[in-house]
Amino acid sequence: MLLFSRQGKLRLQKWYVPLSDKEKKKITRELVQTVLARKPKMCSFLEWRDLKIVYKRYASLYFCCAIEDQDNELITLEIIHRYVELLDKYFGSVCELDIIFNFEKAYFILDEFLLGGEVQETSKKNVLKAIEQADLLQESQNEEWGGLSEDIL
Amino acid sequence: MPAVSKGDGMRGLAVFISDIRNCKSKEAEIKRINKELANIRSKFKGDKALDGYSKKKYVCKLLFIFLLGHDIDFGHMEAVNLLSSNKYTEKQIGYLFISVLVNSNSELIRLINNAIKNDLASRNPTFMCLALHCIANVGSREMGEAFAADIPRILVAGDSMDSVKQSAALCLLRLYKASPDLVPMGEWTARVVHLLNDQHMGVVTAAVSLITCLCKKNPDDFKTCISLAVSRLSRIVSSASTDLQDYTYYFVPAPWLSVKLLRLLQCYPPPEDAAVKGRLVECLETVLNKAQEPPKSKKVQHSNAKNAILFETISLIIHYDSEPNLLVRACNQLGQFLQHRETNLRYLALESMCTLASSEFSHEAVKTHIDTVINALKTERDVSVRQRAADLLYAMCDRSNAKQIVSEMLRYLETADYAIREEIVLKVAILAEKYAVDYSWYVDTILNLIRIAGDYVSEEVWYRVLQIVTNRDDVQGYAAKTVFEALQAPACHENMVKVGGYILGEFGNLIAGDPRSSPPVQFSLLHSKFHLCSVATRALLLSTYIKFINLFPETKATIQGVLRAGSQLRNADVELQQRAVEYLTLSSVASTDVLATVLEEMPPFPERESSILAKLKRKKGPGAASSLDDGRRDASSNDINGGVEPAPSTVSTPSPSADLLGLRAAPPPAAAPAPASAGNLLVDVFSDGPAAQPSLGPTPEEAFLSELEPPAPESPMGLLADPAPAADPGPEDISPPIPEADELLNKFVCKNNGVLFENQLLQIGVKSEFRQNLGRMYLFYGNKTSVQFQNFSPTVVHPGDLQTQLAVQTKRVAAQVDGGAQVQQVLNIECLRDFLTPPLLSVRFRYGGAPQSLTLKLPVTINKFFQPTEMAAQDFFQRWKQLSLPLQEAQKIFKANHPMDAEVTKAKLLGFGSALLDNVDPNPENFVGAGIIQTKALQVGCLLRLEPNAQAQMYRLTLRTSKEPVSRHLCELLAQQF
Repeated sequence: MLLFSRQGKLRLQKWYVPLSDKEKKKITRELVQTVLARKPKMCSFLEWRDLKIVYKRYASLYFCCAIEDQDNELITLEIIHRYVELLDKYFGSVCELDIIFNFEKAYFILDEFLLGGEVQETSKKNVLKAIEQADLLQESQNEEWGGLSEDIL
Repeated sequence: MPAVSKGDGMRGLAVFISDIRNCKSKEAEIKRINKELANIRSKFKGDKALDGYSKKKYVCKLLFIFLLGHDIDFGHMEAVNLLSSNKYTEKQIGYLFISVLVNSNSELIRLINNAIKNDLASRNPTFMCLALHCIANVGSREMGEAFAADIPRILVAGDSMDSVKQSAALCLLRLYKASPDLVPMGEWTARVVHLLNDQHMGVVTAAVSLITCLCKKNPDDFKTCISLAVSRLSRIVSSASTDLQDYTYYFVPAPWLSVKLLRLLQCYPPPEDAAVKGRLVECLETVLNKAQEPPKSKKVQHSNAKNAILFETISLIIHYDSEPNLLVRACNQLGQFLQHRETNLRYLALESMCTLASSEFSHEAVKTHIDTVINALKTERDVSVRQRAADLLYAMCDRSNAKQIVSEMLRYLETADYAIREEIVLKVAILAEKYAVDYSWYVDTILNLIRIAGDYVSEEVWYRVLQIVTNRDDVQGYAAKTVFEALQAPACHENMVKVGGYILGEFGNLIAGDPRSSPPVQFSLLHSKFHLCSVATRALLLSTYIKFINLFPETKATIQGVLRAGSQLRNADVELQQRAVEYLTLSSVASTDVLATVLEEMPPFPERESSILAKLKRKKGPGAASSLDDGRRDASSNDINGGVEPAPSTVSTPSPSADLLGLRAAPPPAAAPAPASAGNLLVDVFSDGPAAQPSLGPTPEEAFLSELEPPAPESPMGLLADPAPAADPGPEDISPPIPEADELLNKFVCKNNGVLFENQLLQIGVKSEFRQNLGRMYLFYGNKTSVQFQNFSPTVVHPGDLQTQLAVQTKRVAAQVDGGAQVQQVLNIECLRDFLTPPLLSVRFRYGGAPQSLTLKLPVTINKFFQPTEMAAQDFFQRWKQLSLPLQEAQKIFKANHPMDAEVTKAKLLGFGSALLDNVDPNPENFVGAGIIQTKALQVGCLLRLEPNAQAQMYRLTLRTSKEPVSRHLCELLAQQF
């Protein structure tokens, strides 16, 4: 799964098959180019190598998944949408900047939702419960550090 | 700054990300990153022990840097330390880092596995989930070895929390996919199946994926899952939209789970148990019925989720292929979608109907939609949808509609997208052959193909028409007449000349009775195309001519005249020359009887699989082959064409052309911002203004060259026209080349255009083109000052023996170059024989009264006269062995001076001039190339092999040529490029 901006900047990448860094970069470049070249009214699916690409644009961000031949395109489109809803609910009206500055959270949420490339939990409540629990733990820890004044570098 | 900063704010991280985003250029970004890396490194190395929070922050920064695309070679140890922190967020970041930056460092893996082991044993569900996520994300064999035995236990343990079970199921799935041998089957498998009954929908959702995968490998062990899956599915399908609470998605109950259950059922044939089967059929009918109900919401999410289930249901119905009623209903439903306003649905309906077309129950039903599909082919605006329509037409074609479909596809071909033309050509060729009732229609169709899309008609296609015409005497006369007519078009495609030449050479006698196509007319028609054709076609035509001598003795004198002409007998191309010489001799010495025996009509080709079908399969990949090759419906049609048999196993080897399909046209990203399409959900999302890179404008090099007009391509004949006497001062009165001359020359070994030299006064740009042993170079001298250059005189000097090896003719340029002006100089170059040193370019002028002089090496190296040569692996190795004398080989092992990028390497090798040969070297990382250096006196065949070793950052380059100094020289030139 890849998230990238209209300018082609990669915002999030999640790989569910083992690939070398070189291959990952090559695939990313190729996909970003292919998807950005498509016009708004075109269909959200395309064949690419022996995979199918499902993508959707939300404001300035493209969400893009590669699925196998047998996989269901429409449900993948809704996987993307559910992920956007999760981000939106967590950040409260999510925008691209939230994902840039809190990239680690975007990864954590994704891990709760999808694991090993399969849907793990589709309930919004259950996914966010897991993440918010973690935040609670974190906040109580931050207090132990008594502010963040020395934390510039 | 972010609008929201939830949880913690690692402020240092946010500041760093801000800094990066504010960088105006790539260089600034790299500088900032290097500074940060130095800082982090010193913190990690410092004496003061870092607290967990700082460690987390720095590890997170490293991760961010890595995700930007930079290499990270430290910090792994600190990340591993975080794993054993008992603070959740530190552990979480540690795991994230490990998941993203796995390293096969064995020492580290041991530590990581230890940490995971502790967390799995911790009985703390959040820690256990983190550990399981990490295993699932990494999924390596080492992890499989360490944990594959433990995870099933966690999965089925009665006291595991639901969230842990979910993670464990998918974690196990990942390990099983990566190394199935490591996951022991056993008592747990029966209990896994019962997870389908779990109360927690999330657990079922995760478990179904695992069970589906296990079923595929061991269907018998998991058979019990069928009835469980059916009853689960039935409960979901019949539930009201509110029953499932948070698992209902836009009024659709549990769409993900439903789709997964339907997928699971596709691992098996229809249930044997009548009750189970009845219940399932009921479910499928319910889904089909629901499709007709009015939507419960106007949101696209509602219809997508609902239709996702519908399409999966149809897949299952097609998979069973046993319920005619359901198949026809499915087909009707898809027929409705064919005209839906959603492009996505039209696309999927076309795709799904393709598989329906191959079922005997629904084939006829699919055919009723032919007009809609033809219309889609004509009117869809999205090429991927049009391609689906073409696929469907191909799949629904049978004898009853072949003529209509073939003619529609031919019509579409005239305007089809370049990306899919070749595939359409293949499909038309196959359909025409497969459903040909009379062969004149077949011949017409193929000739039409060549006329409409000659460039996309591959060899296989025109070979095949020749095979068929040769094998069927009922069509030979018609074919001869038709090609003869086609050749009369003023501009006909070279493939048409090939087919025409071959057919007339074999069967021209069948139409020779008609005075309008008498032998001399046939000959002069063919020969009028001769000079416009490539070497291969000309060679074919020469064979036609000799066949004519046999068929039509009256043409003998004319044809012998043609063969005897200097342009044939002394042709630079060995093949043409040899054919001319041999055919001429054959026609003069052999008696009529001998001629008739030697040049007898070709015997029929042995019938075998259509080479076109094989090619289409190769293009589509082995997986798609079966659906294309549906011999099922018309076994009877095979006999007349005698060709279409199941593919032999050799077909599935991927050919280079298989990759070509992957390279879908990728035009540069459209810059025009489309209106934000967010619904009410994300309305406040704003576009990422500051992230846009300021446009740097063209680089000086581009700006310089963009002022130039590209030289019009000219025939090699014209290249040497209009020579000007070279004012060639002896080498003694020019200054030695400037120190950077070699470096500048190296820049141009693999490219022909660019800035050769620049200082404060002068810029020299080069644009050049080479063909065979000739070249033309444009030098552009730009006066960068505001003062006129006087006595401006650039000359080319041949040091040493070069005079006899390379001829360079220059034109004089104006002696004054105004301030800010640019003058152009044309050089005509002819390579006489192989050479090792480049010519020198000496530029002298007066600037403000002071004499200036400058000597450069002209970027003309021997590789410029390379002509790429394609060859198969077998030929390559044969030639490689032939060049095995020690002196013919040159080899260099050297360190990489640039990042080792396969694409860049490829581009350089192509720029160097050799052809790149795929599938020659067994190691796909290696590059193999071949080419011929063309000089006036001789040709030098060159083979090369480049082996990168990414780990050592080294290359080994081997060159073999038929001439010893050339091997060495090429090797040296090329080695400096990487």
